[in-house]
Amino acid sequence: MDLNLTKSQRMIRQMVREFAEKEVAPGASERDSTGEFPWEIVKKMARYNMLGIPFPEEYGGAGADTLSYIITVEELARVCAATAVIVSAHTSLCAHPIYQFGTEEQKQRFLVPLAQGNRLGAFALTEPNAGTDAASIRTTATRQGDSYILNGNKIFITNGGVADIYIVLAKTDPSKGARGITAFIVEKGTPGFSFGKKEDKLGIRASSTTELIFQNCRIPVENRLGEEGEGFKIAMQTLDGGRIGIAAQAVGIAQACLDACLRYAKEREQFGKPIGSFQAIQWMLADMATQVEAARLLTYRAAWLKDNKQPFSKEAAMAKLYASEVAMQQAIKAVQIHGGYGYMKDYPVERFFRDAKITEIYEGTSEVQRMVIASHLLR
Amino acid sequence: MRIIVCIKQVPDTTEVRIDPRTGTLIRTGVPSIINPEDRHALEAALTIKDQCGAEVIALSMGPPQAEDALLEALAMGVDRAILLTDRAFAGADTAATSYTLAQAIKQLGPYDLVLTGRQAIDGDTAQVGPQLAELLDIPQVTYVQKIELLSDGTCRLQRALERGYEIVETRLPALFTVIKELNTPRYPSIRGIMRALRQGVTVWTANDVPVDPNLIGLKGSPTQVQRTFVPEHKRNCVMLKGSLDEVTTALVEELKERRLLKALAT
Ligand SMILES: Cc1cc2nc3c(=O)[nH]c(=O)nc-3n(C[C@H](O)[C@H](O)[C@H](O)COP(=O)(O)OP(=O)(O)OC[C@H]3O[C@@H](n4cnc5c(N)ncnc54)[C@H](O)[C@@H]3O)c2cc1C
Ligand SMILES: Cc1cc2nc3c(=O)[nH]c(=O)nc-3n(C[C@H](O)[C@H](O)[C@H](O)COP(=O)(O)OP(=O)(O)OC[C@H]3O[C@@H](n4cnc5c(N)ncnc54)[C@H](O)[C@@H]3O)c2cc1C
Repeated sequence: MDLNLTKSQRMIRQMVREFAEKEVAPGASERDSTGEFPWEIVKKMARYNMLGIPFPEEYGGAGADTLSYIITVEELARVCAATAVIVSAHTSLCAHPIYQFGTEEQKQRFLVPLAQGNRLGAFALTEPNAGTDAASIRTTATRQGDSYILNGNKIFITNGGVADIYIVLAKTDPSKGARGITAFIVEKGTPGFSFGKKEDKLGIRASSTTELIFQNCRIPVENRLGEEGEGFKIAMQTLDGGRIGIAAQAVGIAQACLDACLRYAKEREQFGKPIGSFQAIQWMLADMATQVEAARLLTYRAAWLKDNKQPFSKEAAMAKLYASEVAMQQAIKAVQIHGGYGYMKDYPVERFFRDAKITEIYEGTSEVQRMVIASHLLR
Repeated sequence: MRIIVCIKQVPDTTEVRIDPRTGTLIRTGVPSIINPEDRHALEAALTIKDQCGAEVIALSMGPPQAEDALLEALAMGVDRAILLTDRAFAGADTAATSYTLAQAIKQLGPYDLVLTGRQAIDGDTAQVGPQLAELLDIPQVTYVQKIELLSDGTCRLQRALERGYEIVETRLPALFTVIKELNTPRYPSIRGIMRALRQGVTVWTANDVPVDPNLIGLKGSPTQVQRTFVPEHKRNCVMLKGSLDEVTTALVEELKERRLLKALAT
């Protein structure tokens, strides 16, 4: 058993950490208040291959592994959870399914620009009436000669509006339930494809979350990802991988909470000594450090399984469930340790607190993760 | 165009701690980095490479661990990285270091430019660049904050002075020692990291470079370090407490008392 990171993973962590601290951290609080999308950072991340980490060079990627990508998301989330999810949704939910399920021609057309970071990606499954019950989506895709005609609405789509390429799930055969769902690659600018409401959110405010509207949107057959009826399987396998990314985002937020608390516990004095000298604070810090480490190990192991071509669906769900709950608990403790100052925007834990919550919701709520884990256990 | 960049691996600390007993650097637990100014030298070379094409070679003398600094240089985009490492090179002062680097550079064949940092954050002498230029018998420009390649094959530089700067022109080949004002170094890219590890660093020992054994390592070092010590700090820090007004008044009083501030018109 080797729990050491490889040399490349260590070098990537060091590089991303420096990038995150110098390029991403400085404006994070400002972007949180304005909700401005970090275009400049996205451009820089593209330059350093941070938008195509786990894909081979021949497809425009960096040629690194899943764990390197996961470490990158973690390090970004440590300073800005919004930036982290931009990378995670782009990589795990858009580029990856094209890499895994796309034809060679689709990879050349879509994966290469995505992995190079010249294009940004998104993934659209959720609808107003179909969240956890994803198979009940109502968006339809009707075959007409060499095209499909898309009609319907998607909501809560990360990178919505800012992304150029969307994986869209739609029913090609509404009578067949989950087996009637098909995946499509839809480009921004396609006639009949527009954006609706941009959400005003509790956290990850610099990431864009919007509605997608399809009105008689004509998609060429070449843009169908996989076969008709394979969409639900593609979506579920895509989310399996995506969950490791969200787990990494949660680990990053949790680590940020711990870091902030360690600094504050040494700095803040009450009763004539640093609050870190009180056992009540020490115990919170000890629990936080232990939990963040456990969450990280679960997350890295899920990534390692994926890299080693072993089944990882259950482990990804465990990592996402545990890491997201740890992030939320850490954020609560972090605000507590900061007292009244923690409630104010002057300290970053206020932002971490609001950012942490989403990790328990998207890419399957905690309830869904428990359902996935239990279904594996009782198989 | 061929550019050679000399980089030194140094401990990552602005406040190098010295063991008061042995007088040597405390290196344990201190991560190693590329000497900060050397990153600017790398960036300068890579910018020229991006703009008009160049072969960039990073060169370092140091212990085997200095490989990490060279891998980072490769990941930033240099074409080749060479590590000079050998027990015989150990203990070198700036003269022996410069000699060894010069011999390695001669071994590499023709070049147009040699770049170094102004000074290393640990040794701090700022001697290696100038000595290297002398040994290579090429013009040197120090404290470079701007590099402009001219069409006639010469180079126009800005050289920082205490107040303002000097504009200097030189023919090539030449050696420049650079300062941080020159540019903003790029990060290594992730693809670059993967390529660097595949490519690896070339290691040269004393057998691979034509050196006079009497001029390298400890033996070739005229510098004799008698003693290193930490100067004692005798500073008393006083924390002022109270409201902004109280603190300001107390500070002004204190400064007046120490005659650091002329009495203000009240
Ligand atoms: C900021 C943000 C970004 C998002 N990004 C994307 C994106 O990029 N692409 C995309 O497709 N979607 C995205 N989503 C949607 C997200 O995945 C869904 O919100 C999530 O899956 C939950 O669906 P829902 O909101 O409809 O909640 P519901 O499904 O209505 O769930 C409500 C509650 O009921 C619980 N629940 C539901 N069913 C069960 C059950 N069977 N057993 C027990 N409990 C149950 C849930 O756990 C939850 O607590 C995003 C959401 C947000 C908020
Ligand atoms: C008093 C003293 C004690 C020292 N003790 C030690 C010691 O215990 N252990 C030790 O390892 N070194 C030690 N050195 C430093 C060692 O001799 C250096 O490699 C060499 O002398 C460079 O000197 P410097 O650090 O002052 O570099 P400077 O002359 O300040 O460096 C200028 C530039 O020269 C280049 N350069 C310098 N050194 C190298 C190198 N090795 N390879 C490639 N490029 C280089 C870099 O571009 C650097 O930015 C000591 C130096 C002094 C003055």
